[in-house]
Amino acid sequence: MRIISSLFIPVIVLVVIIYGAYKKINVYDSFVSGAKEGLPMVSSMFFSLLAMIFGVNIFLNSGIIDYFFDFLKPLLVLIHVPAEVLPVAIMRPLSGSFGLALLNDMYKLYGPDSFISVLASIIQGSSDTTLYVITLYFGTVGIKKIKYALWVGLFTDLFMVVLTLIIVPLFF
Amino acid sequence: MINKLWVGLIVLGSLCLLVTGKSDVLNEQILSSGKATLELVMQIFPLMSLWLGIMNIAKESGLLSKLSKFIYPLLHKIFPEIPKNHEAFGFISSNILSNMFGLGNAATPFGLKAMESLQKLNKNKEVASRSMITFLVINTCGLCIIPTTIISLRILYGSEDPSFIAIPCFVVSLISLLFGLLIDRLWSRRDRR
Repeated sequence: MRIISSLFIPVIVLVVIIYGAYKKINVYDSFVSGAKEGLPMVSSMFFSLLAMIFGVNIFLNSGIIDYFFDFLKPLLVLIHVPAEVLPVAIMRPLSGSFGLALLNDMYKLYGPDSFISVLASIIQGSSDTTLYVITLYFGTVGIKKIKYALWVGLFTDLFMVVLTLIIVPLFF
Repeated sequence: MINKLWVGLIVLGSLCLLVTGKSDVLNEQILSSGKATLELVMQIFPLMSLWLGIMNIAKESGLLSKLSKFIYPLLHKIFPEIPKNHEAFGFISSNILSNMFGLGNAATPFGLKAMESLQKLNKNKEVASRSMITFLVINTCGLCIIPTTIISLRILYGSEDPSFIAIPCFVVSLISLLFGLLIDRLWSRRDRR
């Protein structure tokens, strides 16, 4: 698996460049003019990302989620869901780096091969940061009305968490 | 939608910090988010430009349209509104493939190019088109064969079998992707009415 993944980039780059040279296009000029598009792209993504990181950071650092969990914990125990996993599940669509930090803490505390850690890893690995993806992509091309996009994204994330809770015990 | 969410995040977070007497944390967050964003964008920028350069070679040499032709039968059902052999298919499939191999750095510029070409097809430039939403649903599901970050974190903490999670991750994200596409389709039908 790891060999495939480490060969993936070099092979693609080589194939693209050799094919370009074979088709007799000016590969160098083509690369430079393509790379130039990076600047307008980052400058248009910066401001929507700034807004979202600003909001998400205030919310996540406020500790409001901790209070929410303390309140929810007895309920989760009732339905046999390990309460430690919930922060990872809630963080997943909101922030990639916060989610990873939580996972890091869990590995430290329970070890990377414990049931709880595996559960959290799969929640973290089976989805992307929905809010970030939506802000980034719609913000960069200038879409203002996103219609039902966020709903579908968050609904799917919820489905993913429930599915993980059902599937992972089968692997143990 | 995003607007309400944004106000909610800020007001709830700020109130919680003010009530618990941690206004210094609030100050810090307000002042530091600009720097955090700049750091993120600066991380994305160089590799993104690199991949955009490579992508442009693929586009000008005709390799991308070959890929589009090849992938068309597969993606046509998911994106019925994109015309046959349109360049968007090439960008979309490059984005999905990079995501599957855990190459987030390459996936982002390809995804943005895909969004740009979907925006060209879009009639109302301020409202998301159906294809755009479907494309983002695929992206938010994060379909992945090799979850690189998590595997390296597991190696760091001395896991006995670091890549064990790859298979359940793939199974879970594939099923949730299918679920996502299904409710996306249902929602868009309801939306049109």
